[in-house]
Amino acid sequence: MNTAPNHTLTDTLTGAFTDAPVQAAQGFRAILDALSRPGRITRLTGAAPPEPLSVAAGVAALVLLDSTTPLHLAPGHDTPALRAWIAFHTGAPLVSAEAAMFAIGTWEALQPVSRFAIGTPDYPDRAATLIVETDRLEPGGARLTGPGIDGTARLSLPETAAFQANRARYPLGFDTFFTCGDRLAGLPRSTHVEAG
Amino acid sequence: MSEYNFAYLDEGTKRMIRRAILKAVAVPGYQVPFASREMPMPYGWGTGGVQVTAACLTPADRLKVIDQGADDTTNAVSIRKFFQRTAGVATTERTAEATLIQTRHRIPETPLTEGQILIYQVPIPEPLRFLEPRETETRRMHALADYGLMHVKLYEDIARNGEIATSYAYPVQVAGRHVMDPSPIPKFDNPKLSDSPALQLFGAGREQRIYAVPPHTQVISLDFDDHPFVASKAPHACALCGDDGSYLDEVITDDAGGRMFVCSDTDHCATRRAAGHAGTQAEAIA
Repeated sequence: MNTAPNHTLTDTLTGAFTDAPVQAAQGFRAILDALSRPGRITRLTGAAPPEPLSVAAGVAALVLLDSTTPLHLAPGHDTPALRAWIAFHTGAPLVSAEAAMFAIGTWEALQPVSRFAIGTPDYPDRAATLIVETDRLEPGGARLTGPGIDGTARLSLPETAAFQANRARYPLGFDTFFTCGDRLAGLPRSTHVEAG
Repeated sequence: MSEYNFAYLDEGTKRMIRRAILKAVAVPGYQVPFASREMPMPYGWGTGGVQVTAACLTPADRLKVIDQGADDTTNAVSIRKFFQRTAGVATTERTAEATLIQTRHRIPETPLTEGQILIYQVPIPEPLRFLEPRETETRRMHALADYGLMHVKLYEDIARNGEIATSYAYPVQVAGRHVMDPSPIPKFDNPKLSDSPALQLFGAGREQRIYAVPPHTQVISLDFDDHPFVASKAPHACALCGDDGSYLDEVITDDAGGRMFVCSDTDHCATRRAAGHAGTQAEAIA
């Protein structure tokens, strides 16, 4: 058992759902709401993952990850404590960015995002989902239009060029969630992004 | 209740379905393959819709289930009871009170709202399947957005019948990209697919596909400039509530040619009758 000084066995074993079927359902609905209405910020509760993983990213991991979903932890999130927590609670295998179905990290640490799977013309669903940890998540900044949005929405994005390039490949492309504390927003590949 | 996991399915299955739903939302109209499970009801009874519903339900939801617009038919009643028993959720027959609506072949007459999710039961998800039986080919046609064959089919309708004779499962194009089968809803309902405030999810159990139309997404019924799409219905008013704008079922009332047209949406009809509206045969069931 890994007993590195910065985390304990207790940290690894705790912090997941106490009532998994119900909390996972509630977490999923908040995630679904965010992705189907880009720009909307929803709250996720029920997870207490080790640093530096946010509560929202922790809930998303518990809702979506299992042994069938290869996960990439970007530098900064690739810590012994987080590896142990992810392994114990989800069983997701840790892989390189190129092989990942899901990736967790800050926007800077996930660069270059061109490494992530964008699906194939026959199977555009075989694309990565990025969970981007941010310090700031607000309904302001970049202008969003597209499916799920009544007119326009605004969301604080780390940049716009990468998401415009991602949209240009539609229906291929990765899909993104932004997390900040217990809050989460979704940015599917279908969204058009313009600088605010 | 305690004999089942919440909403029947195991957590691993729900995670798999939830991941498929998210990809479906990200690529509106694209059919995401998923590992459809055996359900305690036969294929064709809504196993796809049931699995999507099970993956979406929370204890706070209020579930409505309709079959061809009716809350009181066998399929609707049995699915509603299934989730009452396995998820313990509240149920309703009122469209306006439901947070989650599972439907077979209709969109409710009452306009949907932002807080609602509409889940369709889908028999054949591939709109091109009757034109091209090979999955490898239809997959390639979607990849290339090669939908000419569908327009040929609609053109042949016009050439043979003078108009587009397709009256249900009328093909649509979603968000300007993927052509989608809206499930066998009457084409009368097609306009309600577009720019809906509600999220629409589609589950095909036997064919193992999930697809989605996010809220406020443009959904266009395929047509031609000189033969525009028409959302048709029987040219009558409901015999019970008098509504001349709702979709109607034709009901045979005797063996001497007697018939009446009544609202297919039972909640819509009952709500109107409770508000004092009456059709020509309202007294027949009073």
